[in-house]
Amino acid sequence: MTTIEDYASPVENQWCPGCPNFGILTALKRALVGLDLAPHEVCLVSGIGQAAKLPHYLKANVFNGLHGRAIPAAIGIHVANPALKTIVTSGDGDLYGEGGNHLLHAFRRNPDITVIVHDNRIYALTKGQGSPTTPRGEKTRLQFDGVEIDPAQMLATAIVHGCTFVARGFAGDIDGLSEILTRAIAHRGLSLVDVIQPCITWGRHPVDWYRERVVSIPEDHDPIDRDQALALAVDVEDVFPVGVLYELPARPTFAASFRERVGDGPLYELPRIDHAILEEHLARFTVRP
Amino acid sequence: MDRSIFVTGAAGEGIQTIGDVVARSFLAHGYPVFASQEFESRIRGGNSSVRIRVSETPRNAPREDADVLLALNPAASAHYANALHPDGLMISADTTEDEGNHLEIPFVSLATTHGGQEIYANAVAAGALCAAVGLPFTVLEGVLSSTFAKRGEEIVRTNLAAARAGFHLATDQLGGERVEDLPKRDKTYAFTSAHGMIPLAAAAAGCRFISAYPMSPSTGIITSFARDTDLGVFAEQVEDEISAINMAIGASAAGVRAMTATSGGGFALMVEGLSLAGMIETPIVIVLAQRPGPATGLPTRTAQEDLLFAIRAGHGEFPRVVLAPSDPQEAIDLTVRAFDLADRYQVPAIVLTDQHLADSHFSVESLDLPSEIPADHLAEPTHAKTYVRYAPSDDGISPRLAFGQGGHTVCLDSDEHTPEGHISEDLRTVRPAATAKRFQKTRHLREEIRPPQDDRTDDAELILIGWGSTRNAIAEAVDRLRSAGRKVGSIHFAELWPLPEAAPRENARTWTVEGNATGQLAQLLRGELGWSIEGTIGRSDGLPIDARFLVRHVTQQVMERTP
Repeated sequence: MTTIEDYASPVENQWCPGCPNFGILTALKRALVGLDLAPHEVCLVSGIGQAAKLPHYLKANVFNGLHGRAIPAAIGIHVANPALKTIVTSGDGDLYGEGGNHLLHAFRRNPDITVIVHDNRIYALTKGQGSPTTPRGEKTRLQFDGVEIDPAQMLATAIVHGCTFVARGFAGDIDGLSEILTRAIAHRGLSLVDVIQPCITWGRHPVDWYRERVVSIPEDHDPIDRDQALALAVDVEDVFPVGVLYELPARPTFAASFRERVGDGPLYELPRIDHAILEEHLARFTVRP
Repeated sequence: MDRSIFVTGAAGEGIQTIGDVVARSFLAHGYPVFASQEFESRIRGGNSSVRIRVSETPRNAPREDADVLLALNPAASAHYANALHPDGLMISADTTEDEGNHLEIPFVSLATTHGGQEIYANAVAAGALCAAVGLPFTVLEGVLSSTFAKRGEEIVRTNLAAARAGFHLATDQLGGERVEDLPKRDKTYAFTSAHGMIPLAAAAAGCRFISAYPMSPSTGIITSFARDTDLGVFAEQVEDEISAINMAIGASAAGVRAMTATSGGGFALMVEGLSLAGMIETPIVIVLAQRPGPATGLPTRTAQEDLLFAIRAGHGEFPRVVLAPSDPQEAIDLTVRAFDLADRYQVPAIVLTDQHLADSHFSVESLDLPSEIPADHLAEPTHAKTYVRYAPSDDGISPRLAFGQGGHTVCLDSDEHTPEGHISEDLRTVRPAATAKRFQKTRHLREEIRPPQDDRTDDAELILIGWGSTRNAIAEAVDRLRSAGRKVGSIHFAELWPLPEAAPRENARTWTVEGNATGQLAQLLRGELGWSIEGTIGRSDGLPIDARFLVRHVTQQVMERTP
């Protein structure tokens, strides 16, 4: 059995003391232990930002790549070795802003990966500029008169694009978040979990302000009902329904047809191509009378 | 024999089919063909040409002039007339008084009469062209029959009827000047582009993954992998080139040999990813098929404008490999080598091609895939408790494991990192050691890079220095200049970075020959190796460099000038 200690990392944590990111880290560790995954079976992929440092703070495989590019890297890793549990963990600026295009097309591809968005509604590492989810009108250290554009509605976008698992979590509720992450990681197909992660340094509201406005998704919510899911996904001012909004039964995951041909193992374990196949291709180029 | 045939017309009019059928007819008859294409970035209309050069021994270089010009429409005959030799033969539907050098073949009306439909105009044209160049009709018959076999007997029969009509009318019009039938030669050739070989070479080298975004002239590479599923390579068309390179790097980090292919604009988007591969020391192969820029430039034309870009691209400083093939066999060899060097040194490797190599078909007597494919260089997992991804070593190369391999965790970070792969801002020890490690690899790589190849430089008073796709054109120009009594030789660079140590013969004048306006190789040779390059014969109009162009420029630009 895997234990929490197996996931301990010696790396010094650079997050602000008291940051809700710690809650996400704990919830993720608990989910991984709950699923009895060993650190070498997990690959954490991130971009750049405070949230993107998370992979260093637990022991696992780590691909801490470029800003905004966690999704394509994760898809490449997943195709090359589907036995790994590939989990993207990065911020809203990284995944919704810089990498928004990749996320959009990831919904269409449905790779069997989990995407955890630390959604703090601000660019924290660069010291307080508006992010794709900053509410309209909110003053920032760059949008001095308030943000003049509407926030991105990525959960709704995910649902519209057939993302097979869409959830919202709250970093201040570790038990609840751990449960959502467990379901997300176990889900076969792309899972998107947007985690409300109040920024205690640059954010406009303290954690408790969010805690008072977080509500559980109604018990009678049917997660395959697209319209209901969309209603819960779209931002309503100052109300945050938390839980699994949308969950579709398994549909084919990315690279399924390729995997039918080559099996499920890591691609690096496949034998070299049969030389006869290459010779046959080569022979086709010869023009004979 | 050295015959140049231009098949010209509008995009969508069928010049490709005619060119292919005629080229294959020559090949089936035992004659090597070099076929290049020159076309506009559009689906219909405009002026395009397929250029077929036929000879007894393979020439495999373009010719700018035509001995025979087939024009499918009046605009094409006007547009390309300048390329036709004064005593050359024009084949068109145009009416003309100049009967001696012109075959008037009403393609469409013959097609309607003998094939029942206008679309058989191409078969009529192919028939007329074969008659004009001395290819017996039976050869064309064989090629047309096999080309259209899949589409049924009726289609074959109609194509043959139309082709026969064109052949006979051309024969009649040639009259007393009837071209003698070319004798059948007992030779067979493989007919392929350099890009045609890259997917096979990549598969041979163990590549199992390509992610790419369609961009001329690179698109054929991912298309081959997608079509030929028996190569066992996963192929994904991604949303943009940023995704393409990051996806391939992710796959490579998970242990599989991975590649992408693009052209200049797409490579520009990949540049941050290139730097990532350098930083996290993850192998990746990138085919960069050049076309003229800046920006969108001339999408369907050729150029060598991205040499310095390939070598310098990427923020920060990191080792890389840049290789530039000149023909199909070298495309095989250098693709395999790119995978091998990328893997052994854990660096990005760029295979620098161009539209000319992508779209021109070469005739070669043999094509050889390497019998020994370089082994994988993933390390054997050890029983050590923790795996240190960037463990210090003498040559800067650390044993590389894939994620999870042997029960280990592997940590890769685009930030500067400790040997364990974790973020570090330790400027006193970690950063200097990491920088030194990256550059140890460059030093060792340089020792492995093959020197440039000399051709007839021993007594040369003038040395033409080229790289990549211009090799055969330069060799042909040297032949011609030597025949005219000029002591000329050449040096060819196929492996460009790290730049191999070399020096030209002393006292020889040296000029680079490049498909760009600024002499990028000349800049490198001067700056990196201290060569005193006198100048550059450059071409940046989107057309390939050919021997006539070169001889003209050597004679006028170089020989007339005092060194």
